[in-house]
Amino acid sequence: MAVLDLRRKLAILSDAAKYDASCASSGAAKRNSLDGKGVGSTEGMGICHAYAPDGRCISLLKILLTNFCIYDCAYCINRVSSNTPRARFTVKEVVDLTLNFYKRNYIEGLFLSSGVIRSGDYTMEEMIRVAKSLRLDHDFRGYIHLKLIPEASPELAAEAGLYADRVSINIELPRDDSLKSLAPEKDPTDIKRAMGRMRLAIDDHAEPARRSGRRAFARSQSTQLIVGADEARDGDILARSANLYGAYRLSRVYYSAFSPIPDASHRLPLVRPPLLREHRLYQADWLMRFYGFAQPEIVEQGDDLDLSVDPKTGWALRHRDRFPIDVQTADKEALLRVPGLGAKAVARVLAARRISRLTLDDLKRVGAVLKRAKPFVVTADWRPGALTDQEDLKAALTAPVQLSLF
Amino acid sequence: MRVVRLGSEVDFDGWRKAARALRAEGTPPEALVWTVERDLFDHGEPIAATAGTFAVPAAFMNLAQQVVLNRSPDRFALLYRILWRLEREPRLIDNPAETDMARARDMAKAVSRAAHKMKAFVRFRLVEGAEKETYAAWFEPAHRVTEATAPFFARRFANMDWTILTPDVCVAWDGDRLMVSEGADPADAPSEDAQEELWRTYYASIFNPARLNPRQMRQEMPKRYWRNLPEAALIPGLIEAAQDRAAAMVATPPRPPSDRVLKAAQRHARDASFGAGIPTSLEAVLAGASVCRRCDLWRDATQSVPGEGPPNAPLMFVGEQPGDQEDLAGRPFVGPAGQLFDRALAEAGVPRQRAYVTNAVKHFKHEPRGKVRLHKTPSQGEVSACRGWMDAERRLVSPRVIVMLGATAALSVTGRAAPITESRGRPLTLPDQVQGLVTFHPSHLLRLTDTAAKAAAYRSFVQDLRLAGELAGLV
Ligand code: SF4
Repeated sequence: MAVLDLRRKLAILSDAAKYDASCASSGAAKRNSLDGKGVGSTEGMGICHAYAPDGRCISLLKILLTNFCIYDCAYCINRVSSNTPRARFTVKEVVDLTLNFYKRNYIEGLFLSSGVIRSGDYTMEEMIRVAKSLRLDHDFRGYIHLKLIPEASPELAAEAGLYADRVSINIELPRDDSLKSLAPEKDPTDIKRAMGRMRLAIDDHAEPARRSGRRAFARSQSTQLIVGADEARDGDILARSANLYGAYRLSRVYYSAFSPIPDASHRLPLVRPPLLREHRLYQADWLMRFYGFAQPEIVEQGDDLDLSVDPKTGWALRHRDRFPIDVQTADKEALLRVPGLGAKAVARVLAARRISRLTLDDLKRVGAVLKRAKPFVVTADWRPGALTDQEDLKAALTAPVQLSLF
Repeated sequence: MRVVRLGSEVDFDGWRKAARALRAEGTPPEALVWTVERDLFDHGEPIAATAGTFAVPAAFMNLAQQVVLNRSPDRFALLYRILWRLEREPRLIDNPAETDMARARDMAKAVSRAAHKMKAFVRFRLVEGAEKETYAAWFEPAHRVTEATAPFFARRFANMDWTILTPDVCVAWDGDRLMVSEGADPADAPSEDAQEELWRTYYASIFNPARLNPRQMRQEMPKRYWRNLPEAALIPGLIEAAQDRAAAMVATPPRPPSDRVLKAAQRHARDASFGAGIPTSLEAVLAGASVCRRCDLWRDATQSVPGEGPPNAPLMFVGEQPGDQEDLAGRPFVGPAGQLFDRALAEAGVPRQRAYVTNAVKHFKHEPRGKVRLHKTPSQGEVSACRGWMDAERRLVSPRVIVMLGATAALSVTGRAAPITESRGRPLTLPDQVQGLVTFHPSHLLRLTDTAAKAAAYRSFVQDLRLAGELAGLV
């Protein structure tokens, strides 16, 4: 076989990694290289160093160690039966690329994933060698995210945690039954079990009493769900997320609209990725994590989200009897449920109303989106009157909202 | 009209000194013009420093330091106006809805965004031929954030020498300290770096043409920065080709896999089947429960939690169901209730390693509530669905004594629901002539809030465990 040059390998192995939605480099322990021999820092908040023409942030060198894979998951470009060109990096190549890119300030660190070659353990060991070399040989203090191979042994997963800031295990399909049909060699229980162990390890290392004298350990784990490759409804997907957040304390569930892949399996839809649906799911996920909404309040299992409105507006339209609310007196929980009022705006409303009676202009200045908020609030100079109950309110709210997709 | 001339565009100290004196003198904001420009007709007179100081809220100082770095010409005047108003309206600073405050906040936000973009979009190039590893970058910040952001680069790239050149000012780090000098010209920075070709390759490959969304990209990566980003030159071409690439993907039917990969797959499938060993009987139970779908509980649980202990233990404990920690670890009685159980066992003098510990229901029943999972008691239907597994364990282990921890365990073992308080602590004979004993579930003890009741219940619990140990001949 011809030896591929580094550039060609990089092209193949980053192309193969582009279906993974996770990119964030936030949530690492704070550290810098002032006292070290190596390079790098993390300051809590991640930095996006570039944006691709698909609008997604590039903050990490996101690559596969290899795209050879022994499995045949229908939704994956790297499945064994795909005719995609194959390549494999050496450990040193990945280490050098990471350091060279990092020192030029192109990236915050490395996101390393891999096709499964030989066995789960063998593959995991190779990935760990990369991270270990970066940390120990080069004193690299930037961000490292490792994708765990669910069937790799627990000891290897624990070792990965020693070098990574975050680990992730992708569930990919929201429903266990579709995982069975589209990824027959993957066992959903393996995945959940690996996540469970990882949560216990992260919790254990986070306990202050245990922390001193021990090596740092990964701070968080995340996962990805593919949307639109199977029949799962939005309600099912969000129920799964609620379950995952509760069970494994995931820092993020990423939703990735299934996009056509070259040389796709005939078992999958060949359609344009449902980006708007993905967007709505992120909004709904956000409501669950930061706005106190429970999953069934947003959408029941077996149902889909209404694509024409954001999920919070959708909820408000279904619960008009609770509106309008007076921004001067409503409690925080109620304010957080007003469409067009984000968490920041709510915090500012709470501060500002101690000093003066709030007007619509005030609301605007604290960052509310008036168009959406107006039918649901009372201010010093505004009451919506019959507007809240108006039949065509939904149409009025949806038409002018600009969506930035396509 | 009075003209106040400051030392530089970012002269916060100068502004502060002047503002302090002017406010002390009672000069109203309308009577002032703030400038840093050298003006031939500048009638500004030096402002006498005042001895007296006054206090302003810390929040104002923080805000002002940010706002000064904004390039808007009215920043000094705005800050002075807020300072002036603060004397009469001390709560102004706490009102985020007020016009001047909102404007200042927007200016500060633009500054912090510019600083953030500087951290992101500086692209270092290796200086060829330098003795020590040395890098340089040309950058054009949206606001005057270079000096303020330099320490970030010093913390990150502490062990290399680097310089960031901008039109306003240059900062350099020599491994030891930061040096600031006058602004430079783009020609002073290195014009290329060998890694840029690789970086462009990466940039072109990591994006998914089927998700093209240039608008979102421009929002986050404003065009003003593109000139100095090596990858930005690719953008128009990538956008143009994207539609066709995506359409081609959809249009091309899948090709059959090559012989080579098919053979590899077959080999893998064949080899994998050798991995499975021959399970012993209890292991068969465990394997069965792990793929059991007899009720719905498996769906939201992590895994089935099998019983644990010697296969011929004289004593068997049956609990209700795994909890949060058990579900994650895949082992029974490891969470808080398990720890209390261990402690009580030790006090009763019963060695846990001689007992078989299991649960009536093998999967964790719960309800997600934000970041926690609330335990829910299994229904009668779930208990009976799962009973087959517990019965098999009972048959295989064949203990002399079975202790039922709580009502659900009693329901599972005896087939009947009965209040614990009535049956507790009294040995009974089960239909298969095995001795049975009902006691509390340890998590019941954890839930009791009344200290006296708790202590009493715990004493009875230890007593029951000791009795069970005696019956089993372990104590
Ligand atoms: S709880 Fe019991 S019956 Fe229900 S799925 Fe699990 S093992 Fe099967």
